[in-house]
Amino acid sequence: MRGRFGPFGGRYVPETLVPALDELEEGYAAAKADRRFRAELAGYLKDYAGRPTPLYFARNLTRMAGGARIYLKREDLLHGGAHKINNTMGQALLARRMGKRRVVAETGAGQHGVATAMACACLGIRSEVYMGSKDAGRQSLNVYRMGLLGSRVRTVDTGSRTLKDAISEAIRDWTANVSDTHYLLGSAVGPRPYPGMVADFQGVIGKEIRRQMRGAPDAAVACVGGGSNAIGTFRPLLRTGAELVGVEAAGRGLGTGMHSATLGAGSPGVLHGMMTYLLQDADGQVGGTHSVSAGLDYPGVGPEHAFLKESGRVRYASATDEEAVAAFRALATAEGIIPALESAHAVAEAVKVARRMGGSKSVVVTLSGRGDKDVGVVRGRAAAGGEGA
Amino acid sequence: MTAGGGGRIRAALDRLASRGERALVAYTMAGYPPGRGALSVFRGIVRGGADVVEVGLPFSDPLADGPVIRDAAAASLRGGTTVDGALAFVRRARKEEPGLPLAIMTYANILHRRGYARFAADAARAGADGLIVPDIPVDESAGYAAAAAAAGLDAVLLAAPNTPPGRLRLLASRSSGFLYLVAVYGTTGAREGGPPEYALRAVRAARRAAGGRIPVGAGFGVSAPGDVARFVGAGADAVIVGSAILRLAGTVPPRRLEDEVASLVRGLKEPTLPRGRRPFPRGPA
Repeated sequence: MRGRFGPFGGRYVPETLVPALDELEEGYAAAKADRRFRAELAGYLKDYAGRPTPLYFARNLTRMAGGARIYLKREDLLHGGAHKINNTMGQALLARRMGKRRVVAETGAGQHGVATAMACACLGIRSEVYMGSKDAGRQSLNVYRMGLLGSRVRTVDTGSRTLKDAISEAIRDWTANVSDTHYLLGSAVGPRPYPGMVADFQGVIGKEIRRQMRGAPDAAVACVGGGSNAIGTFRPLLRTGAELVGVEAAGRGLGTGMHSATLGAGSPGVLHGMMTYLLQDADGQVGGTHSVSAGLDYPGVGPEHAFLKESGRVRYASATDEEAVAAFRALATAEGIIPALESAHAVAEAVKVARRMGGSKSVVVTLSGRGDKDVGVVRGRAAAGGEGA
Repeated sequence: MTAGGGGRIRAALDRLASRGERALVAYTMAGYPPGRGALSVFRGIVRGGADVVEVGLPFSDPLADGPVIRDAAAASLRGGTTVDGALAFVRRARKEEPGLPLAIMTYANILHRRGYARFAADAARAGADGLIVPDIPVDESAGYAAAAAAAGLDAVLLAAPNTPPGRLRLLASRSSGFLYLVAVYGTTGAREGGPPEYALRAVRAARRAAGGRIPVGAGFGVSAPGDVARFVGAGADAVIVGSAILRLAGTVPPRRLEDEVASLVRGLKEPTLPRGRRPFPRGPA
């Protein structure tokens, strides 16, 4: 497995975690080489999670955009309503195989927390999920869902009270309980081997796209917070001619400072065990992000994305809160599909990409999750006069 | 080119060892408590008899720190502490105590942002003798260690209770100043019941790996004189205390801060003294 992506990645962690990461790296390499492990994971992904997910030709959205044919990779139809289960099922099986009796995880919007709780319930592993109190407030239904699924939710009141601080607390917990606990990190971020391992588990998305398209599409678009659904979409397409576009959250606009566009407006640094792009001040203090979607509200990004940005293989665009909410509404009315606000950022950009391409071309947009969790947020914005209802 | 302390930390530890004494390493954070509080804490630490002082430079995401230091860092940053401000605090501390070994403890991104070489040079110019960066393990330390060495600074590496013997030896051979043993699992801060048995075993393992070539300092979870005594008993050359000092600093009114910190540190220092020199009976706390 690759531990470095050019200058990015690495393992910037307290020494206590070094043996744990070594153990995880070896455990994962052994599992990956084990046909039975792969078959067991494939079985759960098929019968429990609902893979393969459909690739749906969005006829009406295509007509609205007036250009290339737009296809939706329907990760929103997975059990739990998001792509997160691809990774949590893989890591939970790995944790069980490694004899870990307890799992800790972080969550932003709550989707990874829910997917962790589901996988752990299914496999009989105890789980605890850290969640920033700001996120817990805006995604209270997911907090309740995690409880129903048997997970213990710990709210985090430090720092920005969002995903960044939830990850920090989960890492602190892992440091204290390293011998019997697996840290089930939810995105393609963190120290080696996480970014590569999570990308492997999410790579099923891009592999299915290739199979379902009978080759590579002309373009693929996915949203990027930490960037797990995007790297899962892109990796199997890197060596094809497909145009690849990652979409970050521009929040209230890149000029306002109220955004989460790490690759678009950040600079290299070290956070959560990795060298990557960060949103930071002149001293290296990290934070100050904003996005309407809790899942994109993170001042770092997966190190492979940092590498793909610098190599130029992937273009990183951004969509504002307003554009995302408009795309959320457009997809709902045009196709009868309510996307997660995170995925709506990708939809907004995909329409732009399709518009400048000819009708014979194809654009696949990864619909990473369903939007039920965001209905309250969108409704609240409409009531506050943010957008017309 | 300004050089750092040129081994001031190691020299102090060796001098103590030669008279049968162990070192007390005390932590304080730049900009905490806000205002002039940090200077009072520093003076209290010195008056209390600490042998080495670690100055924490606050970071927004201090992964290795528990609630007390984490919240102190947040308060310090809210109070407007910058990297330059923190280095000015080090300069002030150096001016007050020309011979005192001083180390800066902070996180990788603070160094990376300024550039390892420039940060090390700035730290040396401010009067620091060494750097302690808990999220730069030895495997990622090449650029950092070279920058520290070029500036004449010790790069103190950290070890943990689960570090295997071979790696412990590697860390001992690469560390300078001392080898910082994070003796317990988890973050900085007090634990109920003091250091567990495994922490004492970790001290003995680190001492074996060091083989007398570098002193071993044990820290994390030390809050009372009894905790210091247990680490001293296990053979630690130095014992490091941080959260207990900051917890006190967060609760004491400014005018009593220096005295109360001095009193706390004096009590923590006592178990490091050679038996014949320990004051007995102990004076008022």
